[in-house]
Amino acid sequence: MKRYYQPEIETASRQQILDWQNERLVKQVQNVWDNVPYYRKKMEEKGLTPADITGVADLHKLPFLTKDDLREAYPYGLMGKPLKDCVRIQSTSGTTGKRVVAFYTQKDIDLWEDCCARAIVAVGGNEDDVCQVCYGYGLFTGGPGLNGGSHKVGCLTLPMSSGNTDRQLQFMVDLEATIICCTPSYAAYLAESIRERGIRDQIKLKAGIFGAEAWSEEMRRDIEKSLGIKAYDIYGLTEISGPGVAFECEAQGGMHINEDHFIAEIIDPDTGEVLPEGSKGELVFTCITKEAFPLLRYRTKDICVLTREPCPCGRTHVKMSKPMGRSDDMLIIKGVNVFPSQIEQVLMEQGYPANYQIIVDRVNNADTFEVQVEMTPEIFSDSLSKISEMEKSLVAALHSMLGIYAKVKLVAPKTIARSEGKAVRVIDKRKI
Amino acid sequence: MATIQQISVFMENRKGSLSEITQLLAKSGVNLRALSIAETADYGVLRLIANDAEKASAALKEHGFVLSLNPVTVIAVPDEPAGLSEVLGILADGGVDIQYMYSLFTHQNGKAYMVFRISDEEEFIKVVTAHNMTLATAEELGLK
Repeated sequence: MKRYYQPEIETASRQQILDWQNERLVKQVQNVWDNVPYYRKKMEEKGLTPADITGVADLHKLPFLTKDDLREAYPYGLMGKPLKDCVRIQSTSGTTGKRVVAFYTQKDIDLWEDCCARAIVAVGGNEDDVCQVCYGYGLFTGGPGLNGGSHKVGCLTLPMSSGNTDRQLQFMVDLEATIICCTPSYAAYLAESIRERGIRDQIKLKAGIFGAEAWSEEMRRDIEKSLGIKAYDIYGLTEISGPGVAFECEAQGGMHINEDHFIAEIIDPDTGEVLPEGSKGELVFTCITKEAFPLLRYRTKDICVLTREPCPCGRTHVKMSKPMGRSDDMLIIKGVNVFPSQIEQVLMEQGYPANYQIIVDRVNNADTFEVQVEMTPEIFSDSLSKISEMEKSLVAALHSMLGIYAKVKLVAPKTIARSEGKAVRVIDKRKI
Repeated sequence: MATIQQISVFMENRKGSLSEITQLLAKSGVNLRALSIAETADYGVLRLIANDAEKASAALKEHGFVLSLNPVTVIAVPDEPAGLSEVLGILADGGVDIQYMYSLFTHQNGKAYMVFRISDEEEFIKVVTAHNMTLATAEELGLK
C-alpha cells in the first residue's frame, strides 16, 4: 500500500528541504518585490531589498504580515499575479467585518490539493477508498481543499458539504464510506446519531480527518472508540491556502508542515523575535511556491510548538503541535473564526449598546455560542413580540456576519460582569 | 380621555426578580392596581398599573430597571357571564387590534375592569364610544 503521496518530497533529506526552501524563498521575495507594492513598501521601510535575502537564514529580516494588512490591502493589494491568471477565490472572516479574500491560480490550487492528498494518504487513503467530505463547500476552504485532495488520491469522493445528518448517514452506509473529513465536533455528533439509530455495524469507516477547530486527545479517543476509526488532525488557514498546510500521520503526534511550500517559524508574539526549536510561540508562515497570494511571514496568531525530532512515519518535514491558543482574541466556534469586534459591530448597527458578553461552551462535544446583550430603555418595549422581533433580527444579522447561529440572550442592565471597570467580553468555558 | 399610564419593566427570567420589584415598590409606598407578566425562556415583561405611576417608575429607574410608560385603556365590563365576550365581539367587529390585555384587581358596582393595550388607540376609542362602553377613569381606579 502507498504510504506517501509524494514520497520523494515527503521523505526528502533535511538538506534537500533546506535547498528547496533557500532557492524558492529568494525567488519568491524577488517576485513579491516586483509585483506586490504593498509589501515592497514594507521592505523599503526596513531598508531591505531582495538582495538582502539570500536564503532561509535571512528570513527573520523580512517584515511581518497580519490580518490587519489583509484588511488594509483588501481586496487586491497583496496579489502576486494579475487577476486574469487567477481562477478561484476562497474567503474567511476578518477582524471587523471585512472578509479575508485569498486568490488562487490553477497552480496554487494544484499545490493546495497536493497537500490535502498527502494528508489523505497519510491516514491510509488510496484509490480503493470512498472519501466522504462533510466540510462546508463554497467560500470556506474545508470542502474544496479535501475534495481536491481526495480526487488526486483517486478516492471515490462524496462531496456532501456540511449538515443534513440523515443524508450524510444514508450515503455513509449505502456507499460504504471509508474515510470521513469534517470538524471533530461534527464527527462526535455523527457518532452519537449512529449510536441512536443502532447502525454502527453498517458503518465501514476506517479513518477520519478532522480539523478547523480545536480538539483534545480525550475527544480523539471518544471519536475513535465510538466510530471504530483512527482520528487524525489537519491544520490550515485560508490566508496560506486552506486545510493541508500541516497534517497528522500514523504516529498521531503532531502535524507535518508541508515545508516544500511553507516555511514555518515560531516567534515571540510580543517582540516578534524568532524563537529556537521547541519553544512555544506564535506560528508564522512564508509561502514560497504560491503565485496569486504569496504571503511572506504571515502571523497566524496560533500558539504552538515546532519539533524536528525524527518521526516513525518516515516523513522528514517539521511537525507542529496542536494549536494551544491564540495570541489575539479570535475564537473558533463550530469551526468558524469569530472575532468579538465583529459581534460588537453588528450590535452597534442594530442599535444595541456595546455591553455584551460572548459565552462559548462545549456540550456533548459540540460548541454552544451565546451572545448576551444588556437591555436598554431605547430598545425596550412593553410588547413582547416587538422585543422578540428585534432579537430575531439580531440573530439574523449575527448569522450574516459570522456564518453561524448565535443564541441571543437579553439580560438586565448592568448584569454583565465587569472586572476593574472593564467588561469581560468573552467567557470560553470549553475545556480542550 | 380615560387613558391610564402602564409601566412595563424588563425582567430577567430568574428566581426572585419579581419579588425584588414588588419589595422596591412596597418600600416606596406604591400600591399596585393590576399586574401581568409575559415571558419567554430567558426574560419577561412585567406590566403593572400603580396607584402612583410617577413614584413607581422613579423608584424602579433609580434601581437600574429598564422600563417604559405606555398608555392603556381600562374598560368597565359587566361582571356577569358573557360580559367580556360581548365587549370583545364589538372590538373585533370594529377591527380593533388588541396587542394584549389583562384584568384589574378591582371588582366594583357589578363591573370587572379589563386593561387593553391597543395598536391604534384612536380607532379603538371611536369603537368604544360608538357602543357606549364605559371607560374607567383614573379616579375610579384609585390612581393618582
